[in-house]
Amino acid sequence: MREQILSIIEKNSRIDMKELAVILGVEEIDVANELKKLEEEGVICGYHTMIDWEKTSIEKVTALIEVRITPQRGKGFGNLAERIYKYPEVNSVYLISGGYDLLVTLEGRSLKDVSSFVSDKLSTLEGVLSTATHFILKKYKDHGTILCKKYEDTREKVTP
Amino acid sequence: MRNPLSDKVVDIKPSGIRKFFDIVSEMEDAISLGVGEPDFDTPWHIRDEGIYSLEKGRTFYTSNAGLVELRKEISQYIDRTQKIVYNPLREILVTVGGSEAIDLALRAMVNPGDEVLIPQPSFVSYEPCAILAGAVPVIIELKEENEFRLTAQELRSAITDKTKILILSFPNNPTGAVMERKDLEAIAEVIREKDIFVISDEIYSALSYKGKHVSIASLPGMQERTVLINGFSKAYAMTGWRLGYACAPSVIMEQMIKIHQFAIMCAPTTSQYAAVEALRRGDEDVALMCEAYNQRRRFLMHTFREMGLQCFEPYGAFYVFPCIKEFGMTSDAFAERLLKEEKVAVVPGTAFGDCGEGFLRISYAYSLENLKIAMNKIENFIERLRREKK
Repeated sequence: MREQILSIIEKNSRIDMKELAVILGVEEIDVANELKKLEEEGVICGYHTMIDWEKTSIEKVTALIEVRITPQRGKGFGNLAERIYKYPEVNSVYLISGGYDLLVTLEGRSLKDVSSFVSDKLSTLEGVLSTATHFILKKYKDHGTILCKKYEDTREKVTP
Repeated sequence: MRNPLSDKVVDIKPSGIRKFFDIVSEMEDAISLGVGEPDFDTPWHIRDEGIYSLEKGRTFYTSNAGLVELRKEISQYIDRTQKIVYNPLREILVTVGGSEAIDLALRAMVNPGDEVLIPQPSFVSYEPCAILAGAVPVIIELKEENEFRLTAQELRSAITDKTKILILSFPNNPTGAVMERKDLEAIAEVIREKDIFVISDEIYSALSYKGKHVSIASLPGMQERTVLINGFSKAYAMTGWRLGYACAPSVIMEQMIKIHQFAIMCAPTTSQYAAVEALRRGDEDVALMCEAYNQRRRFLMHTFREMGLQCFEPYGAFYVFPCIKEFGMTSDAFAERLLKEEKVAVVPGTAFGDCGEGFLRISYAYSLENLKIAMNKIENFIERLRREKK
């Protein structure tokens, strides 16, 4: 049941417990208990909303920043990662295998916003060797959801 | 001028679905629950393989029976799901949808006047195909109290000296009924005893929600007297690719291939390459779609219970078959009023045989959101009917 609950609410966190119980063929109380457990264990970390900001009048700029750093003795990459993720404008921080170390995604109001964060804050951190900033121009698909196209039912309306 | 037409064809009743389709098509904003195909797109890796085959210029005929690599994959698939071994070179034929396979099997096996048993409610093609093949169709009316399964008793009492073939179609369209191993064992005994053959249309086999599907061909002594039909349309959401297959003992298969080679030549090449990919790497897609259908099925059964609408619990395909006898209307009249008043299209049970009277076929090849809206409208409708009756 756990895996099924997670795969459903990963796509639709607003589904109510009664409905969840119906479609899984289990009791509502069991679903409620399982959800509570999942939250307590930190498996479920939050219930967010996916917004296509492009369709609003609010200006937002998203950037991916590759960061190369020197690991610190005894602390590895963790210490520096923490110093970066504490900035609220930072969306995500991943440790990456390959040509660089950390992948930081960042949201700002403008290009200037983002570039000043990178030049003033990020690249001046001790241990940061270099950064490369990529601005996102268009999001086609995010979190498994296609943003640029709406589902259209093109089937014949009645078929045997 | 002389009459250009064949009496046999003219006498065949037009499909009951067609008439309804015409009404629905004119209503732009109708919500349809009348579709007999998946709402999912064909998984992208399968489509991609079709595109790739076109890019590589694989645009020629394949051998009559289909690509050998596809037949080998089909053979392995049947072996791993049903533990039945078919020789890919002599016992498997790739067809234009399961529909062609039904037609071929009947034409290859029927002599004029042979009786073909057709349990109904069932898919619309069996009866006309049997007639076109020169057979006499004999209808067995399945009952709701048996959950629309075929019982040994019903089978036995329909068999005469002329009976040659039984058409089985489980999981069933339109009822969603399944036949479990014990049900099949009971009728297999009659089939062996009376020495008849089976055309088993298992196109919905991957969509079984109560244990795995069991093919009648897997029972002792049955492979030699069964034509097993399956395809890619329902399991892999590939209806438009028009690809199915038949597995049968070589003595029957040789004759089926003969008709196929003269009438069709070969199934579409692009679709065959895509199907190879489907069988090699599609299991996970099927499992995901199957789980989604099952969730919707549970939702509908729950909703019917809350509405107080009688419906046996179906465990296959993507249809539910609720009973509307309490309203004292024909299926046709019910469906037409529902469409006019609430703009929801369902298919009257009578489209699948006279014994579908008093039932509706509701397809759940729609998103949950869609089903929720439609169920609210159906609830409004039946409450209105109940008030009228008082």
